Amino acid sequence: MPRIPRSKLARIAAIIVLTVAITALVIGLGSRKNLQPKHYVQLILDGFRGGSIYALMALGYVTVYTVTGIINFAQGEFVMLGALISISVYNMPLPLPPAARLVVAVGSSILLTTLIGIIVERVAIYPARLSPTVTLIIITIGVTITLRASALLIWGADPYVLPAFSTLVLEDHIFRFGGVTLQAQSLWIWGTLAVVLVLLYVFLEHTITGKALRACAVNRRAAQLVGINPSRMSMLSFGLAAALGAIGGIVMGPVTRPIYDMGLMLGLRGFVAAILGGLVSAPGAVVGGLLLGVVENIAAGVTNPTYKSVVAFVIMIGILLLRPQGIIGRGETGGEQ
Amino acid sequence: MKNVRAHANTIGVITLSVVILVLGAIDLFRPGGLRFSDLTGRVVTTDTMIRIGILTIVVVGLNLLMGYAGQISLGQAGFYALGAYASAILTTLSTRHGILVGVADQWWWPWLAIVIGMGFTGGFAYLVGRPIFRLKGNYLAMATLGMGIIIYILAGQFPEITGGYDGLTGIPRLHIGTFKLWPMQRYYFLVWGAAIAVIVLALNIVNSRTGRAWRAVHSSEIAAGASGVDIERSKLRALVISAVFASLAGSLYAHFQSAVSPNPFSFRASVQLVVMAAVGGLASIWGAPFGVAFVFVVRDLLRSRLEDVLHVRGSGYELIVYGVILVLIMIFLPEGLTAGGAKLLRKRWRSAAAGDP
Repeated sequence: MPRIPRSKLARIAAIIVLTVAITALVIGLGSRKNLQPKHYVQLILDGFRGGSIYALMALGYVTVYTVTGIINFAQGEFVMLGALISISVYNMPLPLPPAARLVVAVGSSILLTTLIGIIVERVAIYPARLSPTVTLIIITIGVTITLRASALLIWGADPYVLPAFSTLVLEDHIFRFGGVTLQAQSLWIWGTLAVVLVLLYVFLEHTITGKALRACAVNRRAAQLVGINPSRMSMLSFGLAAALGAIGGIVMGPVTRPIYDMGLMLGLRGFVAAILGGLVSAPGAVVGGLLLGVVENIAAGVTNPTYKSVVAFVIMIGILLLRPQGIIGRGETGGEQ
Repeated sequence: MKNVRAHANTIGVITLSVVILVLGAIDLFRPGGLRFSDLTGRVVTTDTMIRIGILTIVVVGLNLLMGYAGQISLGQAGFYALGAYASAILTTLSTRHGILVGVADQWWWPWLAIVIGMGFTGGFAYLVGRPIFRLKGNYLAMATLGMGIIIYILAGQFPEITGGYDGLTGIPRLHIGTFKLWPMQRYYFLVWGAAIAVIVLALNIVNSRTGRAWRAVHSSEIAAGASGVDIERSKLRALVISAVFASLAGSLYAHFQSAVSPNPFSFRASVQLVVMAAVGGLASIWGAPFGVAFVFVVRDLLRSRLEDVLHVRGSGYELIVYGVILVLIMIFLPEGLTAGGAKLLRKRWRSAAAGDP
């Protein structure tokens, strides 16, 4: 559909006006709390840290959604499982030095969570794959409740801690740059996100299985016609989503206090990130996650921490109303009628 | 065919009304000291029955939305909260803020507040739904999810208006003239009267032009659109009706508790409502009270009995059973426990009658 230049101009003008207005609002609110530029840098840095986790989760949503058409509300529970399993394994009395114990904990946690993801798909999703969307959404909610309650029974209602990866104790290295602090764990988180993205890229672009997965995402029926088994791809997508969630949960273990019910709010935020990215695009999910992390952190910083999740959901509703194809999407699906 | 169904619905309404009346009368008059809860081994009390009635009203609305219009709402507790808070705020205006003294003390003021709440909530649902339904796909689920959580969080802020996390107390009981609808044995009749009225209304909507339009949209949007159904408006109507029902239930809840706080309106509550609707059967108005009652009774039984048998404490086991039941029902009885179960029995019976092994 060719666009009329004038409306495009008006749109750009609107975006500029909106950006200026929001910046003014942020600075205005911030000056009431006496925020200096270094405080803003701090808020942005911390926002990128949280945003990286949202990005990992949003990738999980996108993987499952593109391959199976299901919005998997249990995505946040995979994060919780990843974090808590790694802590339990780390605390086991293995005759190993702490660093090796951590490696074992990370590896076994990712493997176990992936396995749980696959079991969930086989037991709960696959038998009902032909049901309407409403039914499938409700099933993933049922899975969410079951996983969270199981976690409550296994780990109880107390929060846990995982030691920081660099120091292997609770105290982390802290870098200071003129009033701005940075925990070493943030570097681990960003590094992990980068490695995961590279691995994911190689897997999807350069392996037969990855290409089959992408084919399934583009067109399920056509993929089946050329001999791709959609049942295997569905299973694979859930396993991959669970692994991504687990990785997110593990790396954030030292900076938050993992607890059995952390999955709900995290999962919803990851979902908002996925929506921001348009729900069908992996790069969109990453950009959406980082952006959400920064925006909600600044908003909470200049107002009040309780509004952190309000901001996330206001953004989500705004995106659904104004740009349902996501901020960088081009409207492949879910566009206007 | 249509006559048969209408006939069955009439019988159903009469049966339900009689059962409700008899149960209520037992508790009101207590013949020989017998209480209603004695009949159920203390599992179902009048208190539980009132809660079941209130939530039935919400779930009937969800039924229309999910089962008939095919749209899922994950924020129904938000609409429920709007109704409850509308009643709570409006009826405590004079005692808390000293506004409208004289008017707000009249017996009819709380009833007017209920209607205002329903109007406000319906209008709000309209504003949320209008842009959402321009999109294809199930975007309502996400929009309502966000909306519900925002309402829940905001209810905990602004202490001057909503009372913050402590909520509002001192909500007056309902009166008709000077007749007080309390103790709860009296309130029971109001709640179930409203629930039955909502069920009758829903049954009529489902078998009207609007209901047929929903079913048409549900089975094929393209075919429905080609036949002249305004898809957007028809979905919007379902959302607004379900929101108005939820608001009514919220008001009844506020006057029942005489206090409101944000807690019962969390995302969990929205999920629980969806579970109730799913258990009762998504496209089954009659399933609604059974779905609600099933969840209540299973939860209470698990809480009290499971602890005795397994010597475990905490709500963990109960929640697992909840989740597993939900998944099992969705996979094996997607029409819900009542409709799906009845169908299954009929099939068995028929094959047995035909001499199949």
